[in-house]
Amino acid sequence: MIGGLFIYNHKGEVLISRVYRDDIGRNAVDAFRVNVIHARQQVRSPVTNIARTSFFHVKRSNIWLAAVTKQNVNAAMVFEFLYKMCDVMTAYFGKISEENIKNNFVLIYELLDEILDFGYPQNSETGALKTFITQQGIKSQTKEEQSQITSQVTGQIGWRREGIKYRRNELFLDVLESVNLLMSPQGQVLSAHVSGRVVMKSYLSGMPECKFGMNDKIVIDKQGKGGTTDDTGKSGKQSIAIDDCTFHQCVRLSKFDSERSISFIPPDGEYELMRYRTTKDIILPFRVIPLVREVGRTKLEVKVVIKSNFKPSLLAQKIEVRIPTPLNTSGVQVICMKGKAKYKASENAIVWKIKRMAGMKESQISAEIELLPTNDKKKWARPPISMNFEVPFAPSGLKVRYLKVFEPKLNYSDHDVIKWVRYIGRSGIYETRC
Amino acid sequence: MTDSKYFTTTKKGEIFELKAELNSDKKEKKKEAVKKVIASMTVGKDVSALFPDVVNCMQTDNLELKKLVYLYLMNYAKSQPDMAIMAVNTFVKDCEDPNPLIRALAVRTMGCIRVDKITEYLCEPLRKCLKDEDPYVRKTAAVCVAKLHDINAQLVEDQGFLDTLKDLISDSNPMVVANAVAALSEIAESHPNSNLLDLNPQTINKLLTALNECTEWGQIFILDCLANYTPRDDRESQSICERVTPRLSHANSAVVLSAVKVLMKFMEMLPKDLDYYGTLLKKLAPPLVTLLSAEPELQYVALRNINLIVQKRPEILKHEMKVFFVKYNDPIYVKLEKLDIMIRLASQANIAQVLAELKEYATEVDVDFVRKAVRAIGRCAIKVEQSAERCVSTLLDLIQTKVNYVVQEAIVVIKDIFRKYPNKYESVIATLCENLDSLDEPEARAAMIWIVGEYAERIDNADELLESFLEGFHDESTQVQLQLLTAIVKLFLKKPTETQELVQQVLSLATQDSDNPDLRDRGYIYWRLLSTDPVAAKEVVLAEKPLISEETDLIEPTLLDELICHIGTLASVYHKPPSAFVEGSRGVQHKRLPARAGSGESAESPEVGQSGTSEAPPAVIPSQGDLLGDLLNLDLAPATTTVPSVQPSMQMGAMDLLGGGLDSLLGGDIGGSPSMGAALGAPAAMPAALSNAPAVGGGLGDLFDLGGGVGMPTGFYVAPKTLFLPAMKAKGLEISGTFARRGGIIQMDLSLTNKAMSVMTDFAIQFNRNSFGLAPAGPLQVLTPLTPNQTIDVSLPLGTTGPVMKMEPLNNLQVAVKNNIDVFYFSCQYPLSLLFVEDGKMERQVFLATWKDIPNDNEAQFQIKDVHLNSDAASNKLQGSNIFTIAKRTVDAQDMLYQSIKLTNGIWVLAEMRVQTGNPNYTLSIKCRAPEVSQFVYQCYELVLKN
Repeated sequence: MIGGLFIYNHKGEVLISRVYRDDIGRNAVDAFRVNVIHARQQVRSPVTNIARTSFFHVKRSNIWLAAVTKQNVNAAMVFEFLYKMCDVMTAYFGKISEENIKNNFVLIYELLDEILDFGYPQNSETGALKTFITQQGIKSQTKEEQSQITSQVTGQIGWRREGIKYRRNELFLDVLESVNLLMSPQGQVLSAHVSGRVVMKSYLSGMPECKFGMNDKIVIDKQGKGGTTDDTGKSGKQSIAIDDCTFHQCVRLSKFDSERSISFIPPDGEYELMRYRTTKDIILPFRVIPLVREVGRTKLEVKVVIKSNFKPSLLAQKIEVRIPTPLNTSGVQVICMKGKAKYKASENAIVWKIKRMAGMKESQISAEIELLPTNDKKKWARPPISMNFEVPFAPSGLKVRYLKVFEPKLNYSDHDVIKWVRYIGRSGIYETRC
Repeated sequence: MTDSKYFTTTKKGEIFELKAELNSDKKEKKKEAVKKVIASMTVGKDVSALFPDVVNCMQTDNLELKKLVYLYLMNYAKSQPDMAIMAVNTFVKDCEDPNPLIRALAVRTMGCIRVDKITEYLCEPLRKCLKDEDPYVRKTAAVCVAKLHDINAQLVEDQGFLDTLKDLISDSNPMVVANAVAALSEIAESHPNSNLLDLNPQTINKLLTALNECTEWGQIFILDCLANYTPRDDRESQSICERVTPRLSHANSAVVLSAVKVLMKFMEMLPKDLDYYGTLLKKLAPPLVTLLSAEPELQYVALRNINLIVQKRPEILKHEMKVFFVKYNDPIYVKLEKLDIMIRLASQANIAQVLAELKEYATEVDVDFVRKAVRAIGRCAIKVEQSAERCVSTLLDLIQTKVNYVVQEAIVVIKDIFRKYPNKYESVIATLCENLDSLDEPEARAAMIWIVGEYAERIDNADELLESFLEGFHDESTQVQLQLLTAIVKLFLKKPTETQELVQQVLSLATQDSDNPDLRDRGYIYWRLLSTDPVAAKEVVLAEKPLISEETDLIEPTLLDELICHIGTLASVYHKPPSAFVEGSRGVQHKRLPARAGSGESAESPEVGQSGTSEAPPAVIPSQGDLLGDLLNLDLAPATTTVPSVQPSMQMGAMDLLGGGLDSLLGGDIGGSPSMGAALGAPAAMPAALSNAPAVGGGLGDLFDLGGGVGMPTGFYVAPKTLFLPAMKAKGLEISGTFARRGGIIQMDLSLTNKAMSVMTDFAIQFNRNSFGLAPAGPLQVLTPLTPNQTIDVSLPLGTTGPVMKMEPLNNLQVAVKNNIDVFYFSCQYPLSLLFVEDGKMERQVFLATWKDIPNDNEAQFQIKDVHLNSDAASNKLQGSNIFTIAKRTVDAQDMLYQSIKLTNGIWVLAEMRVQTGNPNYTLSIKCRAPEVSQFVYQCYELVLKN
């Protein structure tokens, strides 16, 4: 199991050092600094073995988190834990920075004591942790309160405490999708997938039992078979094939496996209900058509057309096209029909920004790139043109069909809950080779 | 609240100030001081001097302060064991505290203090806590047992904590169960045979129930523990799989991977024809693909594991090639791993896409990545035959870029392509040769040298190219040296005339000037091979090479199976068994996949995918310099057709010992009966050619033969040595000699005598062109200088592949011998029987037909006088010189012997010998298509029969 956990600043100075196992000595702290943080080369692996000691590290801005072990630990678990650790810290004090870590080092030690015991991760749900790790000193708790805390930390529903009350029962569902594309210069889709998340903000009283439904092809086909057969064609078009999905630990997985129904008691506040991935019938919101022409050795002509491919009534926002330029670029002249374009020498790219663009429209940019003559034989690698945007629909076609809430003990019904649903499609890695 | 100020206090006298503050009456000040102490501790300052003062702060009802003090204690208790005792009372008291959080804190901290005296006091509170009413305390106590076990295993056993821990597996609280499982698993690891984790269907059932309810971490502990269980039959295996599959949808990647591990393992037990087996395979792919959308570090772990899974069960991900395409912004470690998996998944169906991608990658920035991409193109060519041509042209395009490392990498893979598809793409050699100068890495140089050697006959200036490498021979790395040696020997065998000097040069560089035993050994083997039997040498060195396998870097099947049992763990990331990186007893036990139940089929054949039932494991492309590579370069193909034989030829005993092994390798499956050589301890294999000689085979026999100088009765008549070159004519060097044929090898036995006053060195010999193409097959082995009045006997092996020119007389041989003094010439005549080969026995039918076929003009008659042998004895004697009697007819007290002879150049000589009883004169009729040899054949009869 995890033998120790260190946090370093960008210089390699130790900010936090917590050793859980006897086999990890103080020199392990230095070994990592010398061999990884101060190493000249780029990091070649997130797992490093130095003198039979294994180091797992992740970086958040310029802070290094490293877990150390001398045993054959579950590597996936260690990384999941490190991410979780970052989430917990962020939930407690915001951004992970040297300043914040130094300001909260006592808190961090307290957290590390609680969420990692002898190197075994324990309950790390912030909802539960915040009930008893408060940094306010110990409050005079009643015996009931204490046992409530412990049963929550260890219990089946470790992510929610009892006795939550709201005057207004309200919930927000965000379907956040990032659409990823790799396209050849000829417009052939090399790979495309959507990775989506359903994020829920719940402000519900008591211990509400929820059931979530979406236009999952498997569910809809099943219902189509059982019920009337006339609308299978219609529903078939409406439903989407989900390649795979994963759920927050509150979802009863065995029930999903057997009935494909998503039922759960949600944590209070914001959390990620599920993640999913689709690859079929993706609506690609934009198409990028690049045209790069080398004019002699010192000039490059670039023309890029973008076409929006969705309902004209919808508006895409925050559109940004990034056209890479060679390292020996000396000057760039850009003309674009819409938005603003700028050559950013430090980033070796022309960045073209458009605030808004409706569906079924087209826009174009052309640029002349002057090159310095070089005797570098190696050709320019021509990185792909990448794009960023935000659209108000789900490119995968996912629709929320229902989210039902039952609270058997308190007297509010599904109708009393105010529900909000929002769809946001964003670009993930959306690249077109040129 | 700005605690960061505690990090900045660096002034002197700090410890003294802190001491004062710690003893302050004000709670706030105390707390501040402890914080400062912890901050100093974090940055590595020694604050152990404050131990008593900090411990004094322990008695407080402020939980935050208490936790800080505990943290301090855990760090320093070991260095101050005596004072740590002071804390015991507080711990014991805290374990009785009404607040469960404080009870748990106390028991948790106590377990971390590795001081014997404290552990003694720990036992009682721990026992209570294990049975505490509060689950939070129980789950903490469960882990504490593992801590205590780590400090004092005996104590834990004596106190019966293990049984209590086992009971906790049935606890009502899922987290307590999970922690108890984790603790037990860890303890069990250090007691491999203890059967501590007594897993049976009942406990498994409990674990599976807890699995649905506990935290994500708890699920990992339970799944990892489940993976160690071996179900009793396939039905149990299936039911566990069914209950584990829902975990594949968990958001936590570690839960998913651990579930994959359980499924991969238990799947082994399911019959393949079961519907559920197929369903399960299908269910595994999507979650594995989903892992690739996790954070890069987890992607890396996932990819390393997918690499194993793809090797074990290629069918799971065979349709998922696209998800492994590299993204521009992937970290380099993700890119490299993806590339690996792409090659493994490449097939005819997806090769076009893969190649297009690889070509794209070959223009990227990162050198390692580009290299690997280039290599991958070559692998594709070898794996998917249909794509080979496109791969080669892609590689050529890449070579044209002239980017140094791209060129070198391309040459290395083209070598493998040549191996796989011989005689198909050699047109590119010219392009490769253009880049000779830019190669500076050993692997690329070695590959290029291999190509030049292998295709020496097509490269006009192959000798120049190789010679250019020879200049810096000793500066090259071993792999290049070895390759150069082999290549030059190949070249020599292909173009013997022009490259003799070159081969001698490299042989002497390798054997005499090198410190590397591998190089020396290989040099000697070649040398010996060349000097004994160039034909055999050809068969060996230029033999057909075994096919190279399609897959590279396959993990050895037993290791692969072990690693499958470690999916998700570090072992699967390193691709090494835990024993390779874990110290001590932990994890040393090897895990194995369960055997399939039911049908007699044992564990599934570890072979990957389609490779089928072929018994021979595919030869893996050897990484340069390993042993396998050496053997491949020697190409010890078992199907050598001619018979290499054991013959003494060198003066060095050591070489003969070496040769013994080699002979046995070569003659292994041709040789006749195991001979006395076996008794001598040498791995004997008696070549058939020697079967006419009494069997004294084996390497040691050679030695005896040399030492005694007696010579085996080989049957071949060897004339006594005659004087070839008188000392007067050669500035004191006297040479006498004779010729012999021993077991198919022609030898010129020479005696060199130094009759001059000075030492002679640097001997060399050369023949003029002659009728039958006789030429030295090796250098003249005079290794020690010839001192005055010393005589040395040398056997020079001769080949018959030299240049041919008709001589007068036909058996005349003009020889040049060189030494440090001068070059001398002499001529001598050899008996034609030297050229009678061992397989000269003609079929009777063929004999009859041939006899009739040869015109009568070609028949010559001779009289052999004064032979006092009967026909059988004569026939036996003649057979010793490869004159074979095919048939015997007796007519009127006259024996008619029909005999056949075959010369090295393929000429057949037929003879009829009439022997009349009582008459010492034989009549010999010789018929041959080349009548000029008849005269000399007759001479041989005379010689053989009369001696």
